[in-house]
Amino acid sequence: MNFVLSILFSSFAVLLVVLIPWVGVGAADLRLFFGIIVPYAAMATFFIGIVIRVIDWARSPVPFRIPTTAGQQWSFPWVKSNPIDNPKGTGGVIARMIFEVLLFRSLFRNTRLEYLTADEGPKINYEWEKWLWVAALVFHWSFLIIFLRHFRFFIEPVPALVSLIESLDRFLELGVLPVNGLGAPGVYITDILLLLSVTYLFLRRIYIPQVRYISLPADYFPLFLILALGLTGVLMRYFIRVDITAVKELAVGLFKLNPKVPEGIGVIFYIHLFVLSVLIAYFPFSKLMHLAGVFLSPTRNLSSNSRMVRHINPWDYPVEVHTYEEYEDEFRGHMIEVGLPVERGAESIAETAEKE
Amino acid sequence: MADVAKPEETARIDHTPPLLKGWMDTPVEIKPGVYCYGAKEKSLAYVGMPNARDWNPAEEDWKLPEDWQEIVREGFRDRLEKFRSLKLFMDICVRCGACADKCHFFIGSGDPKNMPVLRAELLRSVYRKNFTIGGKIFGRFAGARDLTEDVLKEWWSYFYQCTECRRCSLFCPYGIDQAEITILGRELINLLGLNTDWISAPVANCYRTGNHLGIQPHAYIDMIDFFVDEIEEITGIRVEPSFNRKGAEILFITPSGDVFADPGTYTCMGYLMLFHYLQQKGLDITWSTYASEGGNFGYFTSHEMAKRLNAKMYAEAKRLGVKWILGGECGHMWRVINQYMDTFNGPPDFLEEPVSPITGTKFENAKSTKMVHITEFTADLIKHNVLRLDPSRNEQLKVTFHDSCNTARGMGIFEEPRYVINSVCNNFYEMPPNTIREQTFCCGSGSGLNAGECLELRMRGGLPRANAVKYVHEKFGVNMVACICAIDRAALPTALEYWVPGVEVTGVHELVGNALVMQGEKERTTDLRGEPLAGMEDEEDV
Repeated sequence: MNFVLSILFSSFAVLLVVLIPWVGVGAADLRLFFGIIVPYAAMATFFIGIVIRVIDWARSPVPFRIPTTAGQQWSFPWVKSNPIDNPKGTGGVIARMIFEVLLFRSLFRNTRLEYLTADEGPKINYEWEKWLWVAALVFHWSFLIIFLRHFRFFIEPVPALVSLIESLDRFLELGVLPVNGLGAPGVYITDILLLLSVTYLFLRRIYIPQVRYISLPADYFPLFLILALGLTGVLMRYFIRVDITAVKELAVGLFKLNPKVPEGIGVIFYIHLFVLSVLIAYFPFSKLMHLAGVFLSPTRNLSSNSRMVRHINPWDYPVEVHTYEEYEDEFRGHMIEVGLPVERGAESIAETAEKE
Repeated sequence: MADVAKPEETARIDHTPPLLKGWMDTPVEIKPGVYCYGAKEKSLAYVGMPNARDWNPAEEDWKLPEDWQEIVREGFRDRLEKFRSLKLFMDICVRCGACADKCHFFIGSGDPKNMPVLRAELLRSVYRKNFTIGGKIFGRFAGARDLTEDVLKEWWSYFYQCTECRRCSLFCPYGIDQAEITILGRELINLLGLNTDWISAPVANCYRTGNHLGIQPHAYIDMIDFFVDEIEEITGIRVEPSFNRKGAEILFITPSGDVFADPGTYTCMGYLMLFHYLQQKGLDITWSTYASEGGNFGYFTSHEMAKRLNAKMYAEAKRLGVKWILGGECGHMWRVINQYMDTFNGPPDFLEEPVSPITGTKFENAKSTKMVHITEFTADLIKHNVLRLDPSRNEQLKVTFHDSCNTARGMGIFEEPRYVINSVCNNFYEMPPNTIREQTFCCGSGSGLNAGECLELRMRGGLPRANAVKYVHEKFGVNMVACICAIDRAALPTALEYWVPGVEVTGVHELVGNALVMQGEKERTTDLRGEPLAGMEDEEDV
């Protein structure tokens, strides 16, 4: 398996994901199936899958306290400790996790190796490299905002928060796209950012040799899915318009568990919905579970207080040890010779000697 | 170092992996200079490890037990149920590659399987095949593969090309820790008797004699006596350490490397001098020949073996009736003490919360384990002005500090050693920020890899550290690397001699020993190594 195969495999898989609803709705008119059954099945898989997965993780205990200590420990009042990167209490851990989850603090540390061979020895540098961090942050936050924005389709009346996010997202007023003329809406910043960052995340997988080498189909597949999701969304909003009232009717129905499929929604919508369904159904079985996993990571979510508070290993069991008595029995003669104190004393040697 | 290529050649490293040939299609090569000799039957048998036999990694036949796949699968399942870390780290890696170029072995070798992410994938691929639906259905397309003998050999090779330094875990957005994966991966292959000789022999030694080097009690005393003589020669003072003494207030435990080989021995002399100095001020401390090892090669074998070897510390403290334990300078020893010991073998309710008998300082950060790091202890002494120090006796040294990987990322003791060094030395220079503190590079020989037969691997792994030393060597004239790790003291001199000749290695307490002005001492003309002090060169000739 190399990167070409991986990319081909993943693109075919995503192509299939796009074709299925295209044919299913466009040709076979299976609107009920693609409009209601698939989304519900996908949502059920998503929620149940995640819950099962998290429970499964949580069932395995954390036998040892193994935080990665990334700063000065807490020791003396006159030594400045780092309460976030080497937290001794819950407050520090919470701060550490907030930085980790919301700002990707660990990834922010990233550097890039620059290795040059020269006559007088190698030149090794650890260069500034924040692009992965930037792209990851932009990607995840855009995704979140787009997700929140979509609640205007699910809820009537549209919650104020959703409207606020929406208007903020549109504040650049990037104007009307000339392509589809009449009344094309203002461009969302996050639409552009999402597509850009996903594209970057894909390109770096091919461009950076090490990342290319480690990438699996399971890395390209979700990227392509999300790209397809974004592109169908963008197409629908800016180019191939669909009947938005009908879409909202369907969405509100789904959301209120009273689904019905209105007439006249374009195929592009069903493709968008199916791609999303596949993405969320795939979610619990994939690396995308890092969303939940990051909260459980024992190198990040534990306080570094194992010398202050005893951490209990729930499956601890007694082990065989080499006791002092066994040790002394073997070396007693030598120990007495050099004047080391012994438990059983010289007389016991005489006894042993007699027995022999 | 005859069998390792010249540094210029070793340093010619290509970090670009093959373009089209995937890693699953690239079989492992057991290379001389990189692999360690296989564990011997007698070492494994002595501690009751399974499938003990003599075997040779370079040979085709590793004499595996017939049902080896089943053993590994069951062992894997068992550990997935016992360690959330393992289960999580198998599932959530997104292969972003942030860890890829952070590993000293990848930087020094360019071998793509030394990228932490890929070293973990060696295990993950088998996990997927055996324990996930996707892996069972889609096989290779889901990144899954069967556990074959080749895969097992690959595990063996690469889990012994990782020093468990955790540098990768620092950069991972999910905190995936390759050390944890290596530790558990090694546990799995240890089920098949596939340890290395360099780890299993010290384990057996330590179990029997109390220390890795197999030093028996009388020999231990002889060695310390030798240092006592040396100290007397240099200072005119005869220090009087005590051993296995019941009723002492404090038990001192340090890695046996400190009593065995230079330059650790000078650090050991530093401890002896410090304790003697403090005895007049009320320090009541004993050494032990039974708990004569701070380090723990069991930790490089399995959690269980780590626990079995670690048990001696509390057991001896209890037998001697001391109040608390003081620990010497050692890296992985302190990872075990800090993050495992209390859980392994605690609670040590027969001990008391540690209080410095000299300054009265309570070591609150050690109130449960009851074990204090010697640089914490000494830093506190210096802060309280208890020690008379003459830093000019280290004037000939330009010192930098190498944060040992374990004490850095498994403890976070950065300031205490620096405070001590700055109090006993006048010339201190830091290496570049990307190479110290939490971002420090391993010496390249940790976690039981400091064998003679894998010298090439060690030199490669030591390159990033040595390169940073070279930087301060050329810029500031640094000629001494201080550290708080016995494996550093054993391994770094070789790596530095290879990459940056002219720089030596010292423990922090060797520097303390040099600077410590002992009551009634004669005028010193040399440091603890017998090198003339600055301005004393002539007197040495007389």
